[in-house]
Amino acid sequence: MDIEDARKGTKILLDGVPYNIEDAEFMKPGKGRAIYRYRLRNLIDGSSLERTYHSGEKLQEANITSREGQFLYREGGHYVFMHTDTFEQYLMDERILADKQGYLKEGMVIMTMFLGDKPLDITLPIFIEAAVTKSDVNTRTDTVTAQMKRATLETGLEIDVPIFIKEGDYIKVDTRTGTYVERVVTKK
Amino acid sequence: MTDADLLRLGRLKANLERRAAIFRMTRRFFDGQGFLEIDTPILSPAIAPEKEIIPFESEGWFLTTSPELYMKRLLAAGYERIYQIAHCFRKDERGRLHNPEFTLLEWYRAGADYQGMIADTEQLVFGIAGQLGFGDSVKYQGMTVDLSPPWGQITVRDLYMQMAQWDPVANPDPARFDEDMMAKVIPHLNPHRPLVVTEYPAPMASLARLKPGNSQVAERAEVFIGGMELANAYSELTDPQTQEARFLKEIEQIRREQGRDAPLPRKFLESLPHLPPCAGIALGMDRLVMLFCDAASIDEVMPFTVDTA
Repeated sequence: MDIEDARKGTKILLDGVPYNIEDAEFMKPGKGRAIYRYRLRNLIDGSSLERTYHSGEKLQEANITSREGQFLYREGGHYVFMHTDTFEQYLMDERILADKQGYLKEGMVIMTMFLGDKPLDITLPIFIEAAVTKSDVNTRTDTVTAQMKRATLETGLEIDVPIFIKEGDYIKVDTRTGTYVERVVTKK
Repeated sequence: MTDADLLRLGRLKANLERRAAIFRMTRRFFDGQGFLEIDTPILSPAIAPEKEIIPFESEGWFLTTSPELYMKRLLAAGYERIYQIAHCFRKDERGRLHNPEFTLLEWYRAGADYQGMIADTEQLVFGIAGQLGFGDSVKYQGMTVDLSPPWGQITVRDLYMQMAQWDPVANPDPARFDEDMMAKVIPHLNPHRPLVVTEYPAPMASLARLKPGNSQVAERAEVFIGGMELANAYSELTDPQTQEARFLKEIEQIRREQGRDAPLPRKFLESLPHLPPCAGIALGMDRLVMLFCDAASIDEVMPFTVDTA
């Protein structure tokens, strides 16, 4: 693609690695050549870098698409998903999902970002609801405050919850911060 | 109308009122000195061929990138003092200081040179500051800028020797020049005073004449205020052969590097033998309004940009 057609949010490939244009600055001396300064976010490892381009230069656009997928089950080091429109399955490595693993519940429908047909990343909902599968009855000394205790959710995530939360309760969790929000009363 | 549109336009009202006041003051400034306000076509069969300025084309016509050629045809016909506030169009120019459609103020004086245009600019900008109640100084993006004339001047050669450690007059390199202008020069200019940069390298003369007695540099000057390139002044080139040769060279480069066909502006060239010694300047009105509204972006001084039109 022509540099003139790139925008903030355009996904490009540098040496085969996909980047998102996070910030774009356009500069131009009145009679001179335009300069484009980009802050780029590596879509695979999350690192960022700055690059400068000039008018007339070409960029390789990354064929990035977002599709809806349902999380089916975990198998070995992989998570198995299914496209909701074609029912085709695709796998994501647990290392790519990293911290997001702890918010995936079987049956959950999430957006997946693909480079060609390779899944790159998922977008979690801001809040999820999950059952508490294990929590101590007594408060422990290593909790954040005296009123909180550790609990394990059905997704495998361990978080701090108030002491009144019991095993079997459903709670709402903020996926941005990994913190307890509230108990969900009417759940199943 | 969306909520975002309503909110934005509501927020812009004070700036748009000030914009209107600045336009009124500008007209008064020129009318008071016997300048004639002119309107020239926005739609033109030929514009000045410039490699780094991409025009919008429609049905074989061009949206004007600057009123310059028409203004000079009027000077050639004996109009001695003229000005215009013109909407101009330049493709793909979009950023904090750019919108593809923007407003240029151009004025010309028969018998003057580019220093005369800089003197006008000082009086115009300083006068507007006074009328808006700023006094000598305006606060722009956290910096106090003292606008009182005369403004400091420096030649391109001295500026680049100081800030980029090379001499673009002895070793002209327009690509490196532009790169360093953005990376090494503008970010490090004294933010508290306007600066006039003079004597551009001859290959960057464009429509300016070369300095009598020193053909390495052109009588071209740029005004910088608050980190913004505000205005570009020329002692106008009046020699038809030189101007045609420069245009043809530019047209050839445009064809070779961009595959774009740029016509030769023949009627303008035909008028050049009648053009008296004169000087002209183009000033970005949107940026002038930004300065007096303390606006970080051109989006804050126009009601609709290319993104909200």
